[in-house]
Amino acid sequence: MRADLRTYGLLARAGFRRQATYRLALAAGIVTNSVFGVIRASILMGAVAGAGATVAGYDERAMSSYAWWGQVLLGSVAVWGWSELADRVRTGDIAADFLRPVPPYLSYLAADLGRGALALLVRGAPMIVIGSLYSGMTFPAGPVEWVLGLVSIALAVAIAFLGHYLVNCIAFWIIEIRGILLAYGIVATLFAGLYVPVHWFPDWLRALAAATPFPSLIQTPIDILSGYAAGPGAARLVAIQVGWVLGLGIGAALTTAAGRRRLEVQGG
Amino acid sequence: MTTGRAFRPTAGRPDDGSAAAAHGDADSDAHSDAVISVERLTRVFRRRGDTDLAAVDAMTFSVGRGEAVGYIGANGAGKSTTIKMLTGILAPTSGTARTCGLDPMRGRRELARRIGVVFGQRSQLWWDLPLGESFDILAAIHRLEPRRAATRVGQLIELLDLGPTLAQPVRSLSLGQRMRAEVAAALLHEPELIILDEPTIGLDVLSKARLREFLIAQRREHGTTLLLTTHDMGDIERLCDRVLVVDHGRLAFDGTLSGLAGTVGAQRVLIVDLDRPTDALHGIPHTRWLGAEGEGVRQRLAFDAADTTAAAVLAAVAERATLRDLSIEEPDIEDVVRRIYSAPPGGITG
Repeated sequence: MRADLRTYGLLARAGFRRQATYRLALAAGIVTNSVFGVIRASILMGAVAGAGATVAGYDERAMSSYAWWGQVLLGSVAVWGWSELADRVRTGDIAADFLRPVPPYLSYLAADLGRGALALLVRGAPMIVIGSLYSGMTFPAGPVEWVLGLVSIALAVAIAFLGHYLVNCIAFWIIEIRGILLAYGIVATLFAGLYVPVHWFPDWLRALAAATPFPSLIQTPIDILSGYAAGPGAARLVAIQVGWVLGLGIGAALTTAAGRRRLEVQGG
Repeated sequence: MTTGRAFRPTAGRPDDGSAAAAHGDADSDAHSDAVISVERLTRVFRRRGDTDLAAVDAMTFSVGRGEAVGYIGANGAGKSTTIKMLTGILAPTSGTARTCGLDPMRGRRELARRIGVVFGQRSQLWWDLPLGESFDILAAIHRLEPRRAATRVGQLIELLDLGPTLAQPVRSLSLGQRMRAEVAAALLHEPELIILDEPTIGLDVLSKARLREFLIAQRREHGTTLLLTTHDMGDIERLCDRVLVVDHGRLAFDGTLSGLAGTVGAQRVLIVDLDRPTDALHGIPHTRWLGAEGEGVRQRLAFDAADTTAAAVLAAVAERATLRDLSIEEPDIEDVVRRIYSAPPGGITG
């Protein structure tokens, strides 16, 4: 157990350090995040102002907070594509992964948590400052909610990763999966509540979203971190996330095992 | 230069057919202690709109503990596919493979702790990170106790001359440095079986020599079993005491390197420079006339060392023309392997 923790700890550190290598890309990411934060906050706040006082419980300040917490999460929670596994299956580099005495989904997950941690510190944290100064943000109700909020970010990173991992596993059966990844990304970002809050969805669409892991990616951490959910409500949201991590994790293990039997690495 | 490609069939000539047969006996004796044992191992790749391809076709062989085996064949002969089945990366279509006594597919993780594999064209290192960190992570993955890991990494760094590169990101290493790093990474956990797939591909002479010396020393000290695929016959000559030749997914030869040359009758070539243009030297006993240049001033004759000697051929040539100079080309082992491929299927066995 201790040996495992050390292994995955080092893999997470590698993910963290690997990301830290590319400083220019990080700086560019901060600029992009800020600019889009300003655009999103302005549009969403304008929409609420235009509609009257509140929309589904969101006033202007709550809207601004929603937009900026979204920007905080965006670098860490990789809602958009990750295709490393599919690429490695296609090129055959996956062979190197299978030569290690660890399950690939766990080693990649550890590395992605490290990457997410770095992105949160370097790309996410500045958004809190900029968002607070530009149009204001709200924060967790108390220390418990702060902790739940941070745990919720880590779980969101894991769910985003495992979801992409499962989609990548299709590459064991089909060579070209870029189209599938794109479609997945669009559905995931919509249901995650990245464009508008899931709470704004009509009932039937909200029910549909709730049946997927996607709201756990963005909407859940935002709800906890912005103080929209607190106490037992926040704990319940985190419990749902834990359920998704376990479910998707088991799915990843089974799919990897099945995919390995299908793998066709020809040549080299 | 130890990397020379030519080798002398005369040196390994005597009764090499039986050397291969003796191998068979040794295998059956040592079967319980076989590190690798495959039986009718087959892997078929389905090809859309084409006939299926049996990359490995009913292959049977075994490798005993401590052996060093060269696994050679043309591109696409099925070498890498075999290795991937031996290491649990690819599932066999039929037949069985056992590596270190384990079923590689079922026991992949356990097996990964006991074998070290280098695929020359794929990296197991972390591209963006300093080399030293890759070693740290791999040591942890293999659950090496930190103190033992430090000792082992220290050894490998020294033996493979990797000290100056430890702080460099892997992506900035030269090919030679990277290959040595890959070998170090694969040997970190002191595996009982090392499988190297084209480990010297693209390396310069010096890097090759250094890598080979290291492998020889490792085997001497640890008694490690080695399976090596390569296009470089210098690798085989220096490192291996047994050769398996695979062709179209089937085993075409199993025996010693010199036995291989003897079996296919590798020929030496005598090149003679004569004092004046001369008619083609047909009909010299036990030779085959290969060609002439400069209107017959330089002529080439191939002969089998088993049938005649260079001196006898020279004497016969001297009866027909006046010699000014001569040279002898020794058979190239790649040429020997090529002959195996052109032989009828299943025609040559050790």
